[in-house]
Amino acid sequence: MSIIYFLIGCSVLLALVFLGAFFWAQRNGQHDDLYTPSVRILLDDEPQEEEKK
Amino acid sequence: MKQTGAKELTHCYHCGNDCADERIELDEKVFCCNGCREVYTILSQSGLCNYYAYNDHPGATRDRESARFDYLKEPAIAKDLIEYADDKFTIVTFYIPAIHCSSCIWLLEHLNKLNQAVYYSRVDFLRKQATIRFDNQRLSLHELVILLDRIGYEPLISLQDVIKKQTKGSKDSLVKKIAVAGFCFGNVMLLSFPEYLGISYYERSFRVFFGLINLAFCGPVVFYCATDYFRSAWINLRNGVLNIDFPLALGIAVLFIRTASEVFTRTGAGFADTCCGLVFFLLMGKFVQRKTYYHLSFERDYRSFFPVAVQVVEEGRERSVPLAELEVGHRIIIRNNEIIPADAILLQGEGKIDFSFVTGESVPVSKVLGEVIYAGGRQTGEAIELEVVKPVSQSYLTRLWNNEAFMRTQDNRMKTFSEKVSKYFTVVLLAVALGSLMFWLPTDFHRALSAFTAVLIIACPCALALSTPFTMSAALSILDKNLFYLKNTAVVEQLAHIDTIVLDKTGTITVAGDNLVELHAELSDYDRQLIYSACTNSGHPLSRLICQYLNGEHKLSTNSYYEVPGRGITANIDGYIVNIGSERFIKGKAFANSSPESTEVHMRIDNDYIGYFSIRQHYREGMESIGRLASSYHLLLLSGDHGHERHALSGMFRPELMFFEQSPQDKLDFIKRLQGLGKKVMMIGDGLNDAGALKQSDMGIAITDNVNNFSPGSDAILDGRSLSKLPDFFRFSKDTLKVIYTSFGISLTYNIIGLSYAVSGRLSPLIAAVLMPLSTVTIISFTSIATRLAAKKRRLL
Repeated sequence: MSIIYFLIGCSVLLALVFLGAFFWAQRNGQHDDLYTPSVRILLDDEPQEEEKK
Repeated sequence: MKQTGAKELTHCYHCGNDCADERIELDEKVFCCNGCREVYTILSQSGLCNYYAYNDHPGATRDRESARFDYLKEPAIAKDLIEYADDKFTIVTFYIPAIHCSSCIWLLEHLNKLNQAVYYSRVDFLRKQATIRFDNQRLSLHELVILLDRIGYEPLISLQDVIKKQTKGSKDSLVKKIAVAGFCFGNVMLLSFPEYLGISYYERSFRVFFGLINLAFCGPVVFYCATDYFRSAWINLRNGVLNIDFPLALGIAVLFIRTASEVFTRTGAGFADTCCGLVFFLLMGKFVQRKTYYHLSFERDYRSFFPVAVQVVEEGRERSVPLAELEVGHRIIIRNNEIIPADAILLQGEGKIDFSFVTGESVPVSKVLGEVIYAGGRQTGEAIELEVVKPVSQSYLTRLWNNEAFMRTQDNRMKTFSEKVSKYFTVVLLAVALGSLMFWLPTDFHRALSAFTAVLIIACPCALALSTPFTMSAALSILDKNLFYLKNTAVVEQLAHIDTIVLDKTGTITVAGDNLVELHAELSDYDRQLIYSACTNSGHPLSRLICQYLNGEHKLSTNSYYEVPGRGITANIDGYIVNIGSERFIKGKAFANSSPESTEVHMRIDNDYIGYFSIRQHYREGMESIGRLASSYHLLLLSGDHGHERHALSGMFRPELMFFEQSPQDKLDFIKRLQGLGKKVMMIGDGLNDAGALKQSDMGIAITDNVNNFSPGSDAILDGRSLSKLPDFFRFSKDTLKVIYTSFGISLTYNIIGLSYAVSGRLSPLIAAVLMPLSTVTIISFTSIATRLAAKKRRLL
């Protein structure tokens, strides 16, 4: 059963990676504006000049 | 694309306004003004017509004069606005009130197509901000602002925002703390399960391992996430105050110490899961309590209304000077629609000052040369030259902000329920804990210690600490749906305790700029055309109102035109002499203005008196419901205006409770006097002239027709359309207090159940681990459901 020591170590490590990822996202400002990206994704890029009509 | 129908149904392609006054056509599209057409021209030339594809009429009307941005050429001022600059590019963030739809986002993020020097622009929709990075060799800040203004997105640059930028500190450690606490809580829960389910004799070694890991997880929770509670408890204790943070901090500390000692002495599993869970839920409570309205500011003062800089004349040349550097003796130039920032003497030009900021009266006052003009007035008409006689901070209006009401910290206005209760709660808790310690001490030292700590753990007022934030944040979001925005959750409680309501008149119970024009004359079509044509020549507000009233008449040619300031106009139109003005101006000196209940404008064509217009202010809808408040509340009117409408208002207010011609300082003092009589006063106002009273009152509500407009510093911002719901808001706030009382009762019941285990000294970690989350979940669900039910009952949902 001593495999449990290893498994728990792994799971905690994995969880720490996710916590670190969250901190990175927070510091990076990914949670600063939670609304605008939802609108932005609906705006299409301009079609190229020759395609336009 | 919209087909243009009948004339009266034509809407401007750009802004959607009626094109009744003017029609400008281009590319088969109709525009209401040259400004709108110009924006369209700029956009179509740059291939940005998609702007019109995402929304109908996405633009804001450009039918106005642009503000002047010359001061941005001044490096000292520009430096304050810029976030980052090196020798290649500059980053700047603007607040742009016009942002309102997806087209706005699209256009502002394609600025690069209009000017190649813009590298990057990003819009934050809720904050109405655009962050722009541009090449400062090819484009100056001044040119960038002009570009934004030309496409209809004028950035709002005010002194206060300049200052705010520097005080922006580290903002979000709470989210990080929640993340850490949640992370530890989850892991500890998982590792505690084997203990609860029972570990067999052969797996004993795991127990020590799990215990140590749990303790390790507790470390960051106690020493990082919970530091605020320890700090606050300590500060309050030193000040001799027992607030709710004290039993919380005590509970957390005891949980940690007992867990550590049990793990190290191998006597038990400790309470690591309860400890982490407690901190996690408490932080969640803090999080929901902290609601932010990105687009609103409750802290504005005169600096938001005043310009960033003024044009100063020195040796015949104009120069932009930041407001802070304006000194007595400076000669300043104020143009149309600019605000006079300091008390000054008029040296040149015709002063027609709109003092609506200061007095609430919006009809411009004429000033002659040599007269002192108070700060806060807005010049309408030609440019004037003035000499500053008092510094900005010592001027008539701004002096108000030196009052002690503005120095006071906001916190100690009214004690909240949980503050009042937690004092007694803490005392009782300590008494019970010490009592159980004393009871067991003579017989069993170990049990005594265990009972003492168990009481502190189980009675830790977690649910109590959560009931207020969760109820209040639910209430806040309900009020928010009704266009009533509160500064913070404590304001809901203040609302419930109010017993006196003071209302401002202009802009508060009347709609500023929306007047009721009535015609008391029989006019032929030709007469209407004559009067309309005469009034179009004049810039006086009353003339404009008449023009609006007679909108769409045919305009006749004017042969000559003469205006007597403050009296009336005389015009020769189509061979007829048209006189329009005050009663005295039209009928002669015998008819002195006898202070009528409404403003009257009389008319004479050639020598025939034909009648008059009466112009009354327009009251907000639902004023009857405010009037009904008088039965249960003390209802007063406090106006900066003259008492013209005393009679018209007597239906709502009792005559002895109406006060007119009150200066901003008078208003503040008036509120103070009421408070001296033991009243809990709510002030409802709109302008800078109410700012002092709003601040002094127990609850200040700024009323506004457009929440994006500036409103003075206050506890709450109310959209004018919801003023009629005020009685419902009062009842609802009282309901929420009842919800808090009930949830307090529930959490107390849980505490008593837990205490019965605790005092015996036989509290198992399992009971603590079940009881704490259970009580928390009960409180959270009860408060949110009960608050919503209360809102339904008051028809606020």
